Amino acid sequence: MSDPYPTMDGLVCPVPLPHNQVIVLGHGSGGRLSYDLISQVFQEAFDNPILRSGNDAGMIVVPEAPDQVGTRLAISTDSHVVMPLFFPGGDIGRLAVCGTVNDVSMLGASPRYLTAGFILEEGLEVDILRKVVNSMKQAALEAQVQIIAGDTKVVQNGKADGLYINTTGVGIIPSGINISGTAAQPGDKIIISGTLGDHGIAVLAARGELNFDAQITSDVAPLNSLVSAMLQVSSEIHVLRDPTRGGLATSLNEIAIQSKVGITIYEESIPVKPAVAAACEMLGFDPLYVANEGKLIAIVGEKHAERLLTSMQAHPFGADAAIIGTVTDSPGDHVTLKTAFGTTRMIDMLSGEMLPRIC
Amino acid sequence: MKYISEYRDARLVRVVIEEITHTVTRPWVIMEICGGQTHSIMKYGLDQLLPIGLELVHGPGCPVCVTSLEMIDKSLAIAAKPDIIFTSYGDMLRVPGSTGDLFSIRASGADVRVVYSSLDAIKIAQDNPQKQVVFFAIGFETTAPANAMSVMQAQKLGLKNFSLLVSHVRVPPAMHAILGSPQNRVQGFLAAGHVCSVMGFWEYEPIAEKYQVPVVVTGFEPLDISQGILQVVRLLERGTHQVQNAYSRVVSFEGNQPAQKMINLVFEECDQKWRGIGVIPSSGWRLKPEFQFFDAAERFQVQNISPVESPLCIAGKILQGLNKPIQCPAFASQCTPEHPLGATMVSSEGACAAYYRYGRTS
Repeated sequence: MSDPYPTMDGLVCPVPLPHNQVIVLGHGSGGRLSYDLISQVFQEAFDNPILRSGNDAGMIVVPEAPDQVGTRLAISTDSHVVMPLFFPGGDIGRLAVCGTVNDVSMLGASPRYLTAGFILEEGLEVDILRKVVNSMKQAALEAQVQIIAGDTKVVQNGKADGLYINTTGVGIIPSGINISGTAAQPGDKIIISGTLGDHGIAVLAARGELNFDAQITSDVAPLNSLVSAMLQVSSEIHVLRDPTRGGLATSLNEIAIQSKVGITIYEESIPVKPAVAAACEMLGFDPLYVANEGKLIAIVGEKHAERLLTSMQAHPFGADAAIIGTVTDSPGDHVTLKTAFGTTRMIDMLSGEMLPRIC
Repeated sequence: MKYISEYRDARLVRVVIEEITHTVTRPWVIMEICGGQTHSIMKYGLDQLLPIGLELVHGPGCPVCVTSLEMIDKSLAIAAKPDIIFTSYGDMLRVPGSTGDLFSIRASGADVRVVYSSLDAIKIAQDNPQKQVVFFAIGFETTAPANAMSVMQAQKLGLKNFSLLVSHVRVPPAMHAILGSPQNRVQGFLAAGHVCSVMGFWEYEPIAEKYQVPVVVTGFEPLDISQGILQVVRLLERGTHQVQNAYSRVVSFEGNQPAQKMINLVFEECDQKWRGIGVIPSSGWRLKPEFQFFDAAERFQVQNISPVESPLCIAGKILQGLNKPIQCPAFASQCTPEHPLGATMVSSEGACAAYYRYGRTS
């Protein structure tokens, strides 16, 4: 070569925007950017002990009493934006009902009532709205919840993607049930209720982004009957969480931080459908980070793990349930994965938007 | 999954690792060129299985990491213009330019879209005749054929609203640069299987000969990488420096001839600036003069953007295998995937990101 050698000195890398000034799509990905936004903007403003518990739903006692005797309610809210509105296995309506039913169920509560707020885009066909609303009706019947209040707003054409739905849910927590993200204990077993990534990949496929045919159906489903079946066989359920955006990896990281424990999972035991695994291979995604809408993570006392697993596998929404890991007493490790090779790697939260790799 | 699970068979990998352990008699430094291989090594923890003294260093084979700041700034300038649809491979959106990244440009209203191939961008151009569609044509020899093909297609279709912002890099000149450096520590190479599937491996024989280093072409699965390491170690122990192909299910000596023809039809060699490394002579491809019509830098008058990189992180040294990510004082503290100081922390193929994601934080 004519030139001598490229030098390494005095090089490189300007500091980029940290994205703490302007909202980017990654803030809605359920990963670390979302986590930072919640802690730096929302929690800072609204801080209170209920919100600070960091669970899928907030818990209140009615009537409020110093001795905390009364009916305990779980309350959660969730907004649903999905493109396309209809996808294999579900639609935005089913998603809006199940998403909130599941969040409420993750405190062990029995969901009873939902409210629904609709933001409709000018130009949306009423037939489409009717189809979505009928799907909500079906999902509510399935989950045995009633939709008891609602709201409708219409925005100008071009200001929304057809329609957005917010739902808020209320459920009753039976006495004796104390499930929380802070309750994982060293020695506990980690159970996942089924295969990972079905929803995320089904939606990508429905968007036409895969450029190949994928027979993948979203797992969107109400999990309250599964939770109630689990509660019938064991009182040793410490944590429940539905790993939606950000996937299993992000949820486990949140739990490890909340409970101040470490978590070890075993790669070979994690259930993933072959079609989802293949799509992830081609796109450069990791199923551990892909969204689910009908799965739950249960962290349970070791002695009850097998019993719970059997009860989950007997339920249609838990047929592929598997014990995938253990809680450890090394909180600094957060979440680690044991590979089939006997090696170990760290599993971090999803950082921002999930991006396909170049090659 | 057929053709994948077989190459992740833990039992077979252990057999190969044992063979490596038996073969090694002294310390060796091997570089895997490709960022995809770096990620596999970290993901499966292969480095944890190797005997002490056998060191893997991570090469400059991440197209996202090495795309120059200048090209990133040009991409931002073009994407911010009105009536542009700027299309790119996904992980380029996170790479920091001087003043922002494609995420922030998109957040301020620009139409930035992730595509899987330049040919998807052609489709977008056909569907949006009133807009200018630009594809960010980065990458090594792997992405070059499809990008060249998109130019031929655009010409055939008479598309006036399609152009490429070209920043292609080539592997062999980078190997020359690394091996020719007085600071070089690399004694053997794993060559990148995907690059070789296009180019073959005839280009590596003069390099192996000139610098007396063994080069083994290999793939990306644990068994491929282990087998590649075993073959490099055997050659090193024997003191021979030939080029071997451990990825023959994909790679031939000559490579993919039609793909090479397509590259040569549309692109010509040029000196190229590598982020963190500097200019490497003849290490890039640019559009030939007869295809200048499709040059986005010219069409949108951004040729004069040439920012200076500031000396903040050690990505350059990492890309040349002189340092490991954990030797950087900013690693995992000021520099994380959310707040990257360097491109090696940004890309899913970047060595720093691989270290961070898979837990090499101490």
